[in-house]
Amino acid sequence: MSALLEVQDLEAFYGRTKALHGVSFSMAAGGITTILGANGAGKTTTLRAISRMVRTVGSIRFEGQPLEARATEDVVQFGIAHAPEGRGTFVQLTVEENLKLGAWGRRERGDLAADFERVFGYFPVLRERRRQMAGTLSGGEQQMLCVARALMLRPRLLLLDEPSLGLAPMVVREIFRILRTVNQAGVTILLVEQNAALALDLADHVFLLETGRIVLEGPSDVLRRDDAIRRAYLGY
Amino acid sequence: MDIFIQQVVSGLATGGIYASVALALVMIYQATDVVNFAQGEMAMFATYICWSLLNAGLPYWVAFLSTLGIAFIGGVVIERVVIRPVENAPILSIVIVTLGLLVIFNSLAGWIWTYVQKPFPSPFPSSPFRAGEIILGAHDLGQINVTLFVLLCIYLFFRFTPLGLAMRAAAQNPVSSRLCGIRVGWMLALGWGLAAVFGAVAGMMVAPNLTLEPNLMGGVQIYAFAAATLGGFTSPGGAVLGGFIVGVVENLVGTYVSFIGTELKFTVALAMIIVVLLVKPSGLFGSTVVKRV
Repeated sequence: MSALLEVQDLEAFYGRTKALHGVSFSMAAGGITTILGANGAGKTTTLRAISRMVRTVGSIRFEGQPLEARATEDVVQFGIAHAPEGRGTFVQLTVEENLKLGAWGRRERGDLAADFERVFGYFPVLRERRRQMAGTLSGGEQQMLCVARALMLRPRLLLLDEPSLGLAPMVVREIFRILRTVNQAGVTILLVEQNAALALDLADHVFLLETGRIVLEGPSDVLRRDDAIRRAYLGY
Repeated sequence: MDIFIQQVVSGLATGGIYASVALALVMIYQATDVVNFAQGEMAMFATYICWSLLNAGLPYWVAFLSTLGIAFIGGVVIERVVIRPVENAPILSIVIVTLGLLVIFNSLAGWIWTYVQKPFPSPFPSSPFRAGEIILGAHDLGQINVTLFVLLCIYLFFRFTPLGLAMRAAAQNPVSSRLCGIRVGWMLALGWGLAAVFGAVAGMMVAPNLTLEPNLMGGVQIYAFAAATLGGFTSPGGAVLGGFIVGVVENLVGTYVSFIGTELKFTVALAMIIVVLLVKPSGLFGSTVVKRV
């Protein structure tokens, strides 16, 4: 089986500082993979490397096609949607306008009505707020909008950066429930999370990143029982 | 009373000019955080191009529209060639670049077309429009209509077209825009093109009143600064309203405050800038931008 995403010997740089030291992993289509790790381990940088937002050395292939030479604007055309750290809301635009922008880069244009229905089906609260300025939404609603905006692309691969950050546990559970539904509808997900317990529940495969290197990987139900992971990330 | 209405209408006419240039300034400021000091000179240059086209025998509106096209392309090219390379430079460097553009356009116009004042035609009838005792200049009225039409077009463009939406998004949040697949660099270039178009409209509308010379837009640019400051550099609608307010106030003060007259009118604009910056620095409709550092 060929991989959907294949990353090999990836190094990433902020200025002259190296943030990733040769990361290699591959993801099959259809699953949910999570990258765990402490602050500064390089989780966000890995996603930013795939979206071509940092300078890198090494190879990144999506369905066999190299991404390294692409610009950020072009990566979406492969069907890779990135729900970034900090949510990236267009606060002075309405919810509806935010969603329209999510569909801007996709190959097949056509009617957006079906896409609106689909994301409003996932997140009914966004339908109620569709004419509201996105900046007036609560943190949880903005996170929902962020995921919804990414889904407007009809992505093959969804990159999610800390969707639980700063949100109430109930809201987080709701969002993670919807992510599972989204995945079952055929979207492969690469999730970066600090909340290891949540991420292990959702994901089927886990990579553990420490100071820019992958130190451990495996199916999540195996890693959940791993002593080192339990002590360092689950706290029991 | 008649004089009052006449002065208000002619204030609205010049106010529309200030509004157009102020809108151009605000658009570029919002997209790139840069005040384009060359905005007025770009407009003056476009007006000269129109003058040359008219001299070559083109009918007025053909020359007018051709000039808008040339101004648009010129604005895009300036962004791509001159502004793009300094995009990530400190703000002061970019300001100096726009000041450099100001000097270049001014000297270039003088070199090509000389500093001799040239009459510039108005497309509107020369006989004034009478309503009872009130006499209104036909050019003033035409100018108001043209400005309002341009402002309406631009509002509809930004509010209702996908490209307009993408341009607003690129100005607000470049990083998120790129992740949506929007070519942010080109959106900024389009913004410069559109701003050059507003400027060109303002230049061609104001030139019949002032006669064409390389310093045509110097005063207008100051008034436009006053307008944008008054309305708020973060509010396009505010800048437009600010333009009309500055135009009317300038005219009324010149008429009714005898010691100001026509000589000190200019001072009024500068005084307005200072008062606004002291009392409400974000302008009437602007929002205070908080930046995390």
